[in-house]
Amino acid sequence: MLSIKNLHASIDGNEILRGINLEVKAGEVHAIMGPNGSGKSTLASVLAGREEYEITEGEVVFQDKDLLDMAPEDRAREGVFLAFQYPVEIPGVSTTNFLRTAVNQVREYRGLEPLDAVKFLALMKEKMKLVEIDQKLLSRSLNEGFSGGEKKRNEIFQMAMLEPTLSILDETDSGLDIDALRIVSNGVNQLKSDKTATIVVTHYQRLLDYIVPDYVHVLYKGRIVKSGSKELALELEEKGYDWIKEEVESASV
Amino acid sequence: MMTTATTSKLFTQVQSLFQASGGFASIRQQAVESLENQGFPVAKAEEYKFTNLSKKLENGLTNASFAEPFSIDQATVDAHIFADFDGDVLVFTNGSWNKELSKVTQDYSVEVISEDGLLGAISKPGKDAFADLNTAAFQEAIKISVAKGKVIEKPVLLIHFNQANEGQIVMPRLLVQVDEIAQVTLLEYAVCLDEEVYFSNALTEVKVAAGSYVKFFRLQNQSSKAILMDTMETDIHRDAVFTSVKISLAADMIRNNLTLNLLDSGCEGNMYGLYLLNGKTHVDNHTNVDHTMPHAVSNELYKGILTDSSRGVFNGKIFVRQDAQKTNAFQQNNNILLSENAIINTKPQLEIWADDVKCSHGCTTGQLDEEALFYLQARGLDKTQAKGMLLYAFAGEVLEFISDEPFKAHITNLVMERLGTQF
Ligand SMILES: Nc1ncnc2c1ncn2[C@@H]1O[C@H](COP(=O)(O)OP(=O)(O)OP(=O)(O)O)[C@@H](O)[C@H]1O
Ligand SMILES: [Mg+2]
Repeated sequence: MLSIKNLHASIDGNEILRGINLEVKAGEVHAIMGPNGSGKSTLASVLAGREEYEITEGEVVFQDKDLLDMAPEDRAREGVFLAFQYPVEIPGVSTTNFLRTAVNQVREYRGLEPLDAVKFLALMKEKMKLVEIDQKLLSRSLNEGFSGGEKKRNEIFQMAMLEPTLSILDETDSGLDIDALRIVSNGVNQLKSDKTATIVVTHYQRLLDYIVPDYVHVLYKGRIVKSGSKELALELEEKGYDWIKEEVESASV
Repeated sequence: MMTTATTSKLFTQVQSLFQASGGFASIRQQAVESLENQGFPVAKAEEYKFTNLSKKLENGLTNASFAEPFSIDQATVDAHIFADFDGDVLVFTNGSWNKELSKVTQDYSVEVISEDGLLGAISKPGKDAFADLNTAAFQEAIKISVAKGKVIEKPVLLIHFNQANEGQIVMPRLLVQVDEIAQVTLLEYAVCLDEEVYFSNALTEVKVAAGSYVKFFRLQNQSSKAILMDTMETDIHRDAVFTSVKISLAADMIRNNLTLNLLDSGCEGNMYGLYLLNGKTHVDNHTNVDHTMPHAVSNELYKGILTDSSRGVFNGKIFVRQDAQKTNAFQQNNNILLSENAIINTKPQLEIWADDVKCSHGCTTGQLDEEALFYLQARGLDKTQAKGMLLYAFAGEVLEFISDEPFKAHITNLVMERLGTQF
């Protein structure tokens, strides 16, 4: 579904991603872990189409299409969804209000009829249950004054509404208490199918108890330096990243 | 010896329009004298330093005569009334009231006045050259009166049809007197029936007597060649509430002078404005609120979105006199600049002589939030839609103050259309 080859990206002349290789197939869950500042969010943003980053090398193919060639909105319409690490606050725009446009844009792109107000509301109701989010929150200014947990829940709610093929969750677990974590994970799991794939960026093994990964990758200094099964996450939780850093440094000498 | 004031080009251009006789001889005389003494603002004049209206007019008034009233048919009037409007209509042509085509169905009166002590008593001569020009030269003064205790349920729409030869002038003069515990909502805009350069120099005086509620919602969206000077001064008496909303969308140059005199305790004055500027449009909002007595409130919010090489000016004076303890005065001016060539000059001017007051003011100027734009795009909105949505969210805060729903819907449509296509 997604094939990243030798991806290099920089911002203001600083190279942040330094040769990422990653293959994601339908039905899979990949976890990306790694120390702060290693480039996890940068990778997620580049996949979603953030224009500040300059792609200096490499390619990304998503469902046989050149992803890097597409505008952010077209990536979304093709089925890429990014749950932001830091969801943006937008005064004066409510979730309900922009999501109706978003959902219909995506539907139009996929050759589906637009949803009228009644059908849209019905869809909202259904998806709201999934992440146990209150309708009042959705009619308020987007993310403005939301708690950390509310913001993250809103991200997953939007994901549910847009029914993506590839979901990239950037630290969706941070700031969630255990109940909220269960709800959010449960939502993500219900949206999973053998036709979709998920990339979860996290610092904590805890999330991976709920969203069980098929693969765990360690990103360090802009490269994936180690990949393994879900046991790797447990090992990282226990031992931290120093042993991986040492491995990398000694290998490069 | 002749003073420089009377030898300036603009003065000589408009001098022949002054009217000395008639019922308003005394205030006209004062206005002319003030013009003779002070002349029109020169380039360095503090009040007009970013808006050189005098120069604009010297070049623009190639034919400095009045555009005369003209006849118009019902169909033309109807064609310029917005959808779902439900209320009365007052029709004006080049500043002159057309009684036949107007529809006055509620309990208030409209008349052309030739004598009235209130005219020129709210906006007194000698304060501003263009207001003086109006007083010295207006052709017809119209008065709208709402008697004590009358609640005018439906809005009254003032439509000014203007049709001028190139370089001509219109000078609407309006007096609104709302007596005690009365209520009325006025809507106003002008329609340009041709696309010539012309100058409209309007002056509106409003008296809001004790306990009354008056709302005045106005739209400036006529020809992109229009040069507009719009002065409004309002006296607000005890426990009365006055709200002005001004939406400026198109013209060549606009200068709005809005003054609210909070004359007694318990009264409230609200000033809201929105300007969406593109091309080379220049819009200057000067507001002035004068707190004279304790326990009065003023609220002010002006917002602007500027692109291309447009220019916006905001100057907000708040004057709190020594007696005006317990004043609450709030002022905000927020701007989004979408192009490097767009300019905004914003300046709060607070003068506070009382010690127990709550005053706040703030101004911000920024670009469109790129992070928010990306967020919306990442959800599937194309860039134009996302931009339009963010800009509309910014502008919408001002439109919320237009409490007449059809008028709000009309302006909302205009704003969305412009933000979606021209910004
Ligand atoms: N817009 C930017 N301008 C300059 N530097 C940036 C920008 N975005 C990211 N960086 C730098 O790129 C590096 C990688 O940042 P990134 O946010 O991708 O890390 P991360 O792995 O997601 O970290 P965390 O675990 O803290 O979320 C950091 O050194 C960061 O300072
Ligand atoms: Mg990050």
